[in-house]
Amino acid sequence: MSTAQTISKSAAAIDKARAEGRAALIAYLPAGYPSVEDSIAAGIAAARNGADLIEIGIPYSDPVMDGQVIQAATTEALAKGFSVSQVFDVVRGITSQTDAAVLVMTYWNPVVRMGVDEFSRRLSEAGGAGLITPDLIPDEAAEWMEASDKYGLDRVFLVAPSSTAERMQRTVDASRGFVYAVSIMGVTGARSSVSTAAKDVVAAAHNAGAERVCVGLGVSNAGQVREIAAYAEGVIVGTALVKTLGEGGVDAVAALTKDLSTGLSREEA
Amino acid sequence: MAEAPSGNADNYAAEAFLQGGSLKHAPGPYFGSYGGRWMPESLIAALDELEETFNKAKDDPEFRAQIADLNKNYSGRPSLLTEAKRFSQHAGGVRVFLKREDLNHTGSHKINNVLGQALLAKRMGKTRVIAETGAGQHGVASATAAALMGLECVVYMGAEDCRRQALNVARMELLGATVIPVTSGSQTLKDAINDALRDWVANVDNTHYLLGTAAGAHPFPAMVRYFHEVIGEEARAQILEQEGRLPDAVCACIGGGSNAIGIFHGFLDDPSVKIYGFEAGGDGVETGRHAATITLGKPGVLHGARSYLMQDDDGQTIESHSISAGLDYPGVGPEHSYLADIGRVSYEPITDSEAMEAFRLLCRTEGIIPAIESSHALAGAVKVGQRLAAEDAGAVRDKIVIVNLSGRGDKDVATAAEWFDLLDKGSAESEIGKEGEQL
Repeated sequence: MSTAQTISKSAAAIDKARAEGRAALIAYLPAGYPSVEDSIAAGIAAARNGADLIEIGIPYSDPVMDGQVIQAATTEALAKGFSVSQVFDVVRGITSQTDAAVLVMTYWNPVVRMGVDEFSRRLSEAGGAGLITPDLIPDEAAEWMEASDKYGLDRVFLVAPSSTAERMQRTVDASRGFVYAVSIMGVTGARSSVSTAAKDVVAAAHNAGAERVCVGLGVSNAGQVREIAAYAEGVIVGTALVKTLGEGGVDAVAALTKDLSTGLSREEA
Repeated sequence: MAEAPSGNADNYAAEAFLQGGSLKHAPGPYFGSYGGRWMPESLIAALDELEETFNKAKDDPEFRAQIADLNKNYSGRPSLLTEAKRFSQHAGGVRVFLKREDLNHTGSHKINNVLGQALLAKRMGKTRVIAETGAGQHGVASATAAALMGLECVVYMGAEDCRRQALNVARMELLGATVIPVTSGSQTLKDAINDALRDWVANVDNTHYLLGTAAGAHPFPAMVRYFHEVIGEEARAQILEQEGRLPDAVCACIGGGSNAIGIFHGFLDDPSVKIYGFEAGGDGVETGRHAATITLGKPGVLHGARSYLMQDDDGQTIESHSISAGLDYPGVGPEHSYLADIGRVSYEPITDSEAMEAFRLLCRTEGIIPAIESSHALAGAVKVGQRLAAEDAGAVRDKIVIVNLSGRGDKDVATAAEWFDLLDKGSAESEIGKEGEQL
């Protein structure tokens, strides 16, 4: 976690949760699903009901790290005419109404197409905290390292159960805000239990010097949140929220977020 | 980075690349600014393992002997270099030679790559291979290699392609593979690659992703090229033996670009040889319904590599269109993007109509039914021949053009019969052909 002079919005949100004796909750929602307005409303609802950070996904034509629920939602958003620059409206819509740190999760090509610098500038202007980049590894990130420093944005890279010690170190060193620990070898989607690999990945990231590690993939209920909150600084929930948004709308997102947040306390850990 | 040049081989200065040294055996991960690894971290360890295994195997005499034995005694290599004398009369009168990859076992160049990668899978202790396929050629080849080497094989194929190529689905199943129709996205080759990558992330411990073209993350572009280099090496030696000289031009079709990079490789360092890659122009590049990635695409990242890409202003991948399922891909291998930018290879589009005319021409003049993919290269060779004739009609009989006939057309008979209106209305075959056309 380098370049300490930059104030990280994500780190601040996670540290605030830590000061309250709990892990942070990160809620993933796709921009433009089921509409741009509703994705803003859902983000606000999540932030007001226990989510410390909001992760807004950019719908993309080739989402190789996503399972069927998120694929279906983002495909629908694209079919309804979502355009990439609307993600800044969604970010601004949430940051203007809540205190949550708002990150954008994006596959890399939409950023390349807009221009890494231009994208970063607009994200910063919208009040965004940074980017989570599922198909960008530090090895290919020279342009993003430069732009994220220039605009004070967090760069959240992923680490996986398959990451070697060397790669773990490199990724932790390149990250700012937090490190995203992939809990399982697979794509996004709710799973009945959290892989035991998750704890090992988090430990390896801590050993490499990461101060904030958040676990994602397969987390869908308060019990799983509680399990992860015992050893990680944050818990990321995506598919379960997206499914709930599709079935029950914004109110259901609020209810599920509230329920998930009951698992964040570290008291019994 | 300059935008893609086209048709610039004529102005191309041989010194330009010779000053920079050889273009052969480029090791990756980068070809100029293209290539690399734009991939999820979860898969990087597997890519590292593959790269290490491949690098060791390349230098291992035992591995090289295994490949040579399989090429000779299983695939039927070397493939012939056949002069197409009657076809040549329609190509401005230049002498056209066909590199007969259509005669390989399984009917295309694809076998070269799958045998090599299946051997590597075994070296890595993997028991399962997965593959994507468009037309079904790579799926059939993968199923073949898996059967030969006792590996489990799962093939991802777009649901629309499954219907277009129903007999190839049956072929894969006969060979013991499981074919999974892909219903996400545009349900074609790019989506089959997406689903194969999702499978790979989840099963990487026991599974090798047997990627079918010279695209994707490092080491795939350099590795797939390595297994296809035999095409160019043979062709170069054969033309020197048969004619005592190098060709004036080499032509190949380009989807992802594996057959092309294989034959190009033999001639990249021969400055007198002009090299042409023919992309699928579909209904015509002006219609937007095409797969001419280098001609009209812009650099971007897809499926692990930076390369030319058909994409909209938002960076969303645009669906490609071609009568040939094997060329119907909105990306292209990164080495081709580099060769386009430096002007060593000229990339041009060929429309569906031009390809089908060349398809019929080869059938009628040479008694060879080509794959529709390869027919794009044949149509391109006709244009190249006519240009050479226009430059110097007197010398045309001394000009030699080699075409990589990358596959045979048995799989394309229904599509061709419909195109040329050869089927009785209402016949079962007519319905199959119509589906192919409509999709």
